[in-house]
Amino acid sequence: MKPLTDAEAASVVKESIAQIVPDADFTGVGPDDRFRDVLELDSLDFLSLVESLSERTGIRIDEEDYPELTTLADATRFLVGRSREATGTSPA
Amino acid sequence: MSAFTMPSLGADMDEGVLREWLVGPGDPVRRGDVVAIVETDKAAIEVECFESGTVGRLLVPPGTRVPVGTPLAEIEHGREPAGPARKDTLKPGTRARPAGPEPGKESAGRAANAVDSPARPAPEPSGEAACAGAGPLVRHLAQLRGVDLTALSGTGPGGRITRADVEHAPSPRAPRVRATPYARRLARDLGIDLTAVRGTGDGGAVRGVDVRTAAQGADVRAGAQADAAARPAEFRRESEQRTPPAAPAEEHPGRRTDTMRRAIAELMSRSKREIPHYYLATTIDLTAGQTWLRRINRGRPPADRLVPAALLMKAAALAAREVPALNGYWRDEGFVPGTEINVGVAVSLRQGGLLSPVIHRADTLAPETLMAHLKDLVERARRGRLRGSETTGATLTVTNLGEQGVESVFGVIHPPQVALVGFGAVVERPWARNGMLGVCPVVTVTLAADHRATDGAVGARYLTAVDRLLQRPEEL
Repeated sequence: MKPLTDAEAASVVKESIAQIVPDADFTGVGPDDRFRDVLELDSLDFLSLVESLSERTGIRIDEEDYPELTTLADATRFLVGRSREATGTSPA
Repeated sequence: MSAFTMPSLGADMDEGVLREWLVGPGDPVRRGDVVAIVETDKAAIEVECFESGTVGRLLVPPGTRVPVGTPLAEIEHGREPAGPARKDTLKPGTRARPAGPEPGKESAGRAANAVDSPARPAPEPSGEAACAGAGPLVRHLAQLRGVDLTALSGTGPGGRITRADVEHAPSPRAPRVRATPYARRLARDLGIDLTAVRGTGDGGAVRGVDVRTAAQGADVRAGAQADAAARPAEFRRESEQRTPPAAPAEEHPGRRTDTMRRAIAELMSRSKREIPHYYLATTIDLTAGQTWLRRINRGRPPADRLVPAALLMKAAALAAREVPALNGYWRDEGFVPGTEINVGVAVSLRQGGLLSPVIHRADTLAPETLMAHLKDLVERARRGRLRGSETTGATLTVTNLGEQGVESVFGVIHPPQVALVGFGAVVERPWARNGMLGVCPVVTVTLAADHRATDGAVGARYLTAVDRLLQRPEEL
């Protein structure tokens, strides 16, 4: 498995959000905006987002990691970082 | 013979539009089967039959607005159906729901076209699932989406795979088609493959109108009523007599929002006109609750984790058991206690407005079960897929505006109920305990209650009970 690129991670994040908020308009969400507030994700939506990110990337996301998923830029950085760790430690 | 009548789908409903029939004359039905789609001012609701028998004449054509109680169809009781007689109706998946979030009509109509799929072995005469973990409709949906059911872990009761599980599963054939978000949602709702739609938007992007055109084409080709059942959204729009059939699809949500706005205005005005509200609030230390949640969520996959709302909801329901004077209805100048604790959950919709689907007997459910119900209900409320039984019977309403970041919410009671419980955001605040100042997660819980039914002392007892219960989360 190859680590995710920035572009891949960013698109996984957006696709996952779009799955939960089908009408999500990303033009109003800057990379450093708190997307959860802008797109009005409640705690159930956010949990679905974590579920989707985890399923799509195979990356384990614990509750302690939730603060990393606050902005699009943070979330992208988090996924890329985790996928590098994962591929660095496993021979696959 | 008896009549299937227009049901009351909420205390504020006087009439409804019979939007669509999901059964026809001669079809066997069982108590609990979804037989029709009814549109109220707030939402399209899947309506269940309350008797078993055989459908006789349909008395009201789709698109007709009739008062609550109007006979809609005849139900004949000659003999009990031995089982689902026709493989192309949706009985197998909709009967005998053990509170399981079985899906509705979305995939039902097309079941007939899909008998030769690997995920769906030959139609079972017994109607029961061959794959024990999922009902037929769920399996069909999985097949439509190309999701491998054996790779999913179910979140429903008893580990059943629910529709949400399938919908959240990564689809191996996720289309990489350029399309607007609205078009994607529409395509999903209408069961249209986006890759097969010709886009007319910028750079060939698929727009909502393209999906609709494709859907109509498919409809003409199929021409089957089964197909119409699979497209309630489209059907709803086309048969809405007040709207010209050619109206752009994008206008529809606005119309729904308007009628919902009026329904909310009516109910809330009545509440404030008739109910002398009193309000109480208290702030609760949520350290124990948070610690407990963190502990049980650790190591669980996201799908099995609990959110604080589930815990708060359970505490609110259990406290109503201790203070039954807040659980029930004000009717005919007197309080009628509820026989069960059915919690209405205020769900805000993204396009505006709100619905209050009901979690029946919430006080008896384990937090995990409550959480599963909550997820399922909220999702279906937002997608317009609620069932009739989920819209009625609330004896107490809980609102959780804290999700939007505010610390307290002083709500308006939903008549004829006599109380509304509000939870604010869980926030970290300086908190004194045992003479020491520390920082704790706290939540402000409020109560709006009907002063005709109870006095402030009763409300105070309720909030105290919520606090006490939340200090022992492991017992919830």
